[in-house]
Amino acid sequence: MSSDTQDAFVAFDRVQKSYDGETLVVKDLNLRIGRGEFLTMLGPSGSGKTTCLMMLAGFETATHGEITLGGNPINNIPPHKRGIGMVFQNYALFPHMTVAENLSFPLEVRGMGKSEREGKVTRALDMVQMGDFGGRRPAQLSGGQQQRIALARALVFEPELVLMDEPLGALDKQLRETMQFEITNLAHRLGITVVYVTHDQTEALTMSDRVAVFDDGRIQQLDAPDVLYEQPQNSFVAQFIGENNTLEGTVAEITDDMCVVRLDDGELIDAVPVNVSGVGERTKVSIRPERVEMNKDRLAPDAHTLKAEVAEFIYMGDIYRTRLRVGGHDNFVVKTRNAPDQRRLKPGEQIEIGWRPQDCRALDA
Amino acid sequence: MSDATAGNLSQAAAESRRTDAEQTGPMLAADGRPLKQSLNRALRAQKLRALALIAPLLLFLLVTFVAPIVDMLFRSVENQIVSETLPRTVMALEDWDETDLPSEDTYAALAYDFREAAERRRHTRLGSRLNYEQTGLSSIFRRSGRGIDDVGEVYADQFIALNAAWEEPATWVALMGDPDWIAAQAEWAATEDTEAREPSFRLATGIENVLPETADAYRSFARAIQAEARNPDSPVEEEPWNTVYLALYRDLAAAPASAITGYSGPEEALLREAADAVSGFETVNLRETFAEIEEGWVEMPVWGTIETFSDPYTAGYFLASVDLRLTPQGIEPVDENQRIYLLLFQRTIVLSLSIMGLCVILGYPIAFLLSNLPMRTSNLLLILVLLPFWTSLLVRTSAWKVLLQQQGVINDVLVWMGIVSDGARLALINNQLGTVIAMTHILLPFMILPLYSVMKTIPPSYVRAAKSLGATNWTAFWRVYFPQSVPGIGAGCILVFILSIGYYITPELVGGRTGIFISNRIAFHISDSLNWGLAAALGTILLVLVLVLYWLYDRIVGIDNVKLG
Repeated sequence: MSSDTQDAFVAFDRVQKSYDGETLVVKDLNLRIGRGEFLTMLGPSGSGKTTCLMMLAGFETATHGEITLGGNPINNIPPHKRGIGMVFQNYALFPHMTVAENLSFPLEVRGMGKSEREGKVTRALDMVQMGDFGGRRPAQLSGGQQQRIALARALVFEPELVLMDEPLGALDKQLRETMQFEITNLAHRLGITVVYVTHDQTEALTMSDRVAVFDDGRIQQLDAPDVLYEQPQNSFVAQFIGENNTLEGTVAEITDDMCVVRLDDGELIDAVPVNVSGVGERTKVSIRPERVEMNKDRLAPDAHTLKAEVAEFIYMGDIYRTRLRVGGHDNFVVKTRNAPDQRRLKPGEQIEIGWRPQDCRALDA
Repeated sequence: MSDATAGNLSQAAAESRRTDAEQTGPMLAADGRPLKQSLNRALRAQKLRALALIAPLLLFLLVTFVAPIVDMLFRSVENQIVSETLPRTVMALEDWDETDLPSEDTYAALAYDFREAAERRRHTRLGSRLNYEQTGLSSIFRRSGRGIDDVGEVYADQFIALNAAWEEPATWVALMGDPDWIAAQAEWAATEDTEAREPSFRLATGIENVLPETADAYRSFARAIQAEARNPDSPVEEEPWNTVYLALYRDLAAAPASAITGYSGPEEALLREAADAVSGFETVNLRETFAEIEEGWVEMPVWGTIETFSDPYTAGYFLASVDLRLTPQGIEPVDENQRIYLLLFQRTIVLSLSIMGLCVILGYPIAFLLSNLPMRTSNLLLILVLLPFWTSLLVRTSAWKVLLQQQGVINDVLVWMGIVSDGARLALINNQLGTVIAMTHILLPFMILPLYSVMKTIPPSYVRAAKSLGATNWTAFWRVYFPQSVPGIGAGCILVFILSIGYYITPELVGGRTGIFISNRIAFHISDSLNWGLAAALGTILLVLVLVLYWLYDRIVGIDNVKLG
């Protein structure tokens, strides 16, 4: 699913937001979300992602700029007229109503007849496999069940756009993974557009069509999960998404698709120039831990090799996590699969490591 | 951990699983005792500690709160004063048919009782007590206290004329006193110990059978003068009351000759002489004697009232609390112009409900605002809400007097602005309006605080969720926010209503004549009319009323829905 600029379903156009008139929480946000797309806003707390969601829902007004929904500006439309479904962080199920009454509420306020309401409520409950729970109170349900009800309530009035504000934050790990799967499934089956806010990168990567990484009130990168992970556009994204090794240095030589970086300890390495512009510039070189090879036999012919000293070797079941001293850093991590031929290393051992130059990206300092 | 220990441990775990599964009956602790018992033992120290922590307060409450309430409940039905002050009269009235005035015997009993009561100064207290039931009784009793001395004087004179020995206290002591007592008295008199009291008088054995009324009357005389607080007298030095001579005459006149001739003891000759002479005595009619002292004693209603209230326990106070009274003919409503309590109860409830309603209307928006403001601002505003608590209640109420009176600030401003004319200043105080205004102001914090603490716990996401689901601002408030704030309203209403239903000082100061509450009447009976029984009955009704409302509230709203924070 692509975000065609022409028929973007939701569009933020140069949106800014300030609460106190002194600092901007959201700085010049431009974002287009296609119909049926599952877009995740990911970022550390205070990065502006929730504010963006609240502006879209209508609970906050943009200080500047325009938000359109289906081509129509919605800046001045109150929340209840926007027809956007929303799932809140703590579910916000009305405690004084039963589950069925909770689901019936959005239909009631739309003036829908009783029999029609009942049919829709039953279907919505069945959709989240909670058909037998209509008569219960929210307080009688477990966290996961409440989550399903909140989801059903946001969907029961058939909105085209559903916003989710860290909906899985309060669940334990196993339940969270099940729900991730269910939410994406449901969203794709119903063909609704979802804007999902989270600070959990795994959630973002597994669920989304595209992920917008927020930091400091700006979108740092907006891409599909695989692109985001493998081709981070700046060092913030590289650091924030997944685990990452950073080597600092200066650009020594630069060509169209390759550059040479002189690390702080004098070592020269090849890297893909991503956002470095000239020789002599400071840069952070990023290499994913799983792209580093410790087994000489498996190294590609064009691989760049370096000397390293083992600082720590951690057994993690499916993988080994090895911390190395490389190029003056002692926090260089390598992850290797727990394969039969993988030797267990001892701290202090001198080894040789290597990687393909194209896995090594020179980013902004 | 070595492999061996790991193996042992897993073996032990398997073992314990097996024993758990095999065990039947009550769970046993490791030492073989039932688990429940072990648990209780483990918790006992904790419970004792908890009890010790609350013990001082519990004791304090028992002494200062529970005991007075029980005492008050008791006072509202207690009526022993009649049967204690007029014991013989009450006995004599038991078989009175209430169609005509009581018999001579009853008047004689009244004479004995009243003489003792007058000596012990109890007759006025009984008079005030019975005056609650029938106006005028107080003055009858008070005046009779003076005249009672002369009842029986005719007989005293005749006995003394017959033989001067009857005037001698020693004669009476010898005739009536127990020899042991006489000896003890003589011993006491010889010691000249001013600290020790004279031994309490005791009747000689057998004299009651010969002269029943005289013995009774003399004993009451002897004990009464001995018991006088400031300067106790001794029966060995005092001539008996005239009523004792009356009793002697009645005994001798009624007794068969054989009883007196059969008597052998001190002064038997004197007694025989008197017994022979009484048939020739001039007699008086006791009913007429009492009628001379006070007309009331020959009026049926007076006797009816005494008879009606002779029981040690009475519903009279409770009946009076609801404008009814107990009459010899049964329960009747009091006169139209004396009905006051039902009206006061009704007014107290209606005004309390209006104050409660006003507090909800005024307090809800404030609490709503407070709970939605940022912490710093809301704390500041909360201090303003609490500010009245730091000022004396009296000062606040007096301030309302300054503001509301006819020449007060509000009226002055209204006149100055031309809204009301100088001649038609508004009556804002010394009426029900004044009470409602001042009490709403005083009780408002009690509404705001529980409301605020409940509203603070309602997350803003509920209203947001409602709006996102398509509810307008009003629907979101009414269907989602308001139901969740109901526990706060409930708590506030209970607090304000219960506080206001028993409020005293503010209605007293600003209520005037029409704006006072039932509590003002209770205070009046406690400190002015001294009718504590009625005050206790009114208080009991108020207490029951509050408990009933509390129960109703629990049935309708559910007491667990009340949240104070």
